[in-house]
Amino acid sequence: MKEEVKRQLLASDAYAEEDVSVAARLARGERVALIEVENLTKKFGDLVVLDDITEKVEQGEKVAIIGPSGSGKSTFLRCLNVLEDPTSGAVYFEGANLVDKKVDINLHRRRMGMVFQQFNLFNNMNVLKNITLAPVHIGLHDLRKTKAKNALLRFTNLFRSAANKKTLLPVQTSAKKIREDAKQNALRLLARIGLADKANVYPSTLSGGQRQRIAIVRALAMNPKVMLFDEPTSALDPEMVGEVLELIKELADEGMTMVIVTHEMGFAREVATRVLFMDGGKIQEQGTPQQIFGDPQNERLKDFLSKVL
Amino acid sequence: MWDSFYEQFITYDGYKLVLQGLQNTMVIALLGLVIGIVLGTIVAVIHVAGTRSKVARVFAAVGDVYTTIFRGTPIVVQLLVFHFVIFLPLKININGVWESVIVFGLNSGAYVSEIMRGGIQSVDVGQLEAGRTLGLSFTVTMLKVVFPQAVKNVVPTLGNELIAITKDTSVAGYVGTTDLTLAFSSLASNDYKIILPYIFLALVYLVIVIIFTVIIRVVERRLRKSERRS
Repeated sequence: MKEEVKRQLLASDAYAEEDVSVAARLARGERVALIEVENLTKKFGDLVVLDDITEKVEQGEKVAIIGPSGSGKSTFLRCLNVLEDPTSGAVYFEGANLVDKKVDINLHRRRMGMVFQQFNLFNNMNVLKNITLAPVHIGLHDLRKTKAKNALLRFTNLFRSAANKKTLLPVQTSAKKIREDAKQNALRLLARIGLADKANVYPSTLSGGQRQRIAIVRALAMNPKVMLFDEPTSALDPEMVGEVLELIKELADEGMTMVIVTHEMGFAREVATRVLFMDGGKIQEQGTPQQIFGDPQNERLKDFLSKVL
Repeated sequence: MWDSFYEQFITYDGYKLVLQGLQNTMVIALLGLVIGIVLGTIVAVIHVAGTRSKVARVFAAVGDVYTTIFRGTPIVVQLLVFHFVIFLPLKININGVWESVIVFGLNSGAYVSEIMRGGIQSVDVGQLEAGRTLGLSFTVTMLKVVFPQAVKNVVPTLGNELIAITKDTSVAGYVGTTDLTLAFSSLASNDYKIILPYIFLALVYLVIVIIFTVIIRVVERRLRKSERRS
């Protein structure tokens, strides 16, 4: 009988182990990774595209996601900034659950750059406007908000006694300065990729490689904490793949955190600090590039590598 | 034949009636289309945004009912219903021209909403996604990125709608609005010499439509050029 009780106690102890969910860790004030994905599931109708994925991306990591087409890698990436609404599960970015409808998603998306396979430059704007649109709009929006708050404060201060008056929020910028700063920043970024002379042309006159590099600096103009690349070179002519990969590699060397869905195995091996192999909506295997490409364990990964290498 | 027409047109001040009719026709067609574009755009945007929330879905359903009714019944019937079933019994006393403007605006809105929906959906969804990933809201991305491109795509079709509505106004006379057709008809019915008035009526419509066609073509070319500018 005594033995029985002891066994039960031990068992319950095992169950009482610390709750490691992100919400619980946040509540305890513990550190969480830059991006943490928890039990992420995505279904399109009956089709399960992502099957209960839990994964994290630490600051400074360069994660490459490889796998056959239809394995869910693009969907996984698009769930990271909730461009695709997950069916269930949570996506934490800097400790905020992006799936939560109460979270202002636009605020967090500013800090996550995304680059698409099809570039998606705005066709109705020239290159400079493409890059400055978001910084200028958001800058002006914030400025207006601050000013509105100050106006309200000034009004309520009328009814407060001299000692209780609240101080106004600081306004250090102006609409003109926001526009000028955004423009200078855009020109600097364009100069960096050697396309300063293209500032006033429309995207339709540019080559695929040029468009994709501009799409990358457009995302960079927001000073993101992480860059998400969705097959950035898959729609490019072969001779233009190099210039785009070169730019991404530069960013990686500068320490930018990035998640890249790619079919360029050589690039993944060279740049990634960690490679995830996805198939059937699950992460089947992950490890350093040396482990994944040099010593694959999973049968499907071996099969996949034998086809693409 | 000519003498009779000349007599009706000049001596008995028929031209004044015709000019009045021309003015009314243009007012009904142009204002009707403006109302139609505003209304149709709103309905189309609500429809496109319809999957985003429950409230939007309700509005989208209302928009669907609206387009179904106004596309599903002839414009003459709509004029008659508005005139005899709504305006007269409710003792709403407005000028026949404004009455026609309202009906033609509502009618055109139903068609324009479909045109606009097509235009918005013809813009690659990647454009919207790119805006959203930069942290811009749905509304801002729609206004600054998707919409300008959609408008460019629908200009030819909107031109078509302008031509169609201009010709449709010829039935405004059913509720007593003096439009171009009614003006010429009354010239013809004054002395039953009907051939010339109706031929001239047809020619006037033709000239109006040709002028519109040229204008639309110029606008189209302008819009396309702005994209190619380097």
